[in-house]
Amino acid sequence: MSEAAAVDTHAHGAEFVDQLEPSLTPGNSGKLGMWVFLAGDAMTFGVAIAAYGALRYHNVNWPNPSDYLGITTTAVMTFILICSSVTMVEALSGIQHGNQSKFRTFMFLTIVGGIAFLSMQAFEWHHLIGERGMSIKRDLFDATFFVLTGFHGCHVFGGVVYNSVLLIRGFTGKITQAKAGLVEIAGLYWHFVDLVWILIFTFVYLI
Amino acid sequence: MTTETATNASAAPHADHETNYIAIFVYLTILTGAELLVYSMNLPTVIKIGLLVALALAKATMVAMYFMHLAMERRGLWIVAATPLFLVAFCYLMLRPDLSKRAWAHTARVPGAVTTDASAAPNS
Repeated sequence: MSEAAAVDTHAHGAEFVDQLEPSLTPGNSGKLGMWVFLAGDAMTFGVAIAAYGALRYHNVNWPNPSDYLGITTTAVMTFILICSSVTMVEALSGIQHGNQSKFRTFMFLTIVGGIAFLSMQAFEWHHLIGERGMSIKRDLFDATFFVLTGFHGCHVFGGVVYNSVLLIRGFTGKITQAKAGLVEIAGLYWHFVDLVWILIFTFVYLI
Repeated sequence: MTTETATNASAAPHADHETNYIAIFVYLTILTGAELLVYSMNLPTVIKIGLLVALALAKATMVAMYFMHLAMERRGLWIVAATPLFLVAFCYLMLRPDLSKRAWAHTARVPGAVTTDASAAPNS
């Protein structure tokens, strides 16, 4: 094969590869994968919240959530998640600019925010189960509350583990500026968890 | 294109579109405060629910648009993001006729378990 032919083949090969790149998220197929996963997850949460609304709407005996659930604690939990979303975007900004120190600091703060949220949720559940006598088996109010907040809590736990893996990889030098896309994908997941909590806080606690 | 260059390529556009995340954080905090204010006000139920849902949707939209960078992404990605909303609405509307015909049993609460709002909060 002549040199010209080799170059021509290489050029066609590159063009072929470029055509395979997803058009929605150019250069990062992982990001598109995360968006599709989140769309599926949003369906699950959406149907759960819709089911909660339907059950509540058709039940005249539904208790007033404020008689059982503490708003102050959950308002603080909401604020913590919002703060952790800001630290997540700052961590992404840090790694995109090659600032490892900024990335590690803000990713650590994001993880701390997630752990604080989970700790407060555990405290809330302990209070509701131990002192208020709530149980997932007692009635629809309790069941929907524990399913919605518990499923979301599992997602927060998953996010904490996900971010912790990235932070450890950052400390070992495996997360570099060239791999900022990995942090962006993790950020999408974390912000989605924050978004879902915003809706749960309103529909389950405030309304 | 290798994975390394691929991830780098995805990072570059966002570095150019630096959003003021602190401003978004302030807006979200203000909206959360507004939610608590509406919650504490003695408004008619319909208005109260309408305001709370509107505030929650505003917060969720801000998170999706700026923290999840949907505002900076290609419009085609919006279809992926919006699809669940349509499917959930479709699912709800399809199930609603069935739900309206069912009398959902709700076990009576244990007498004395219901407390006042002030004593409901674990930290209050």
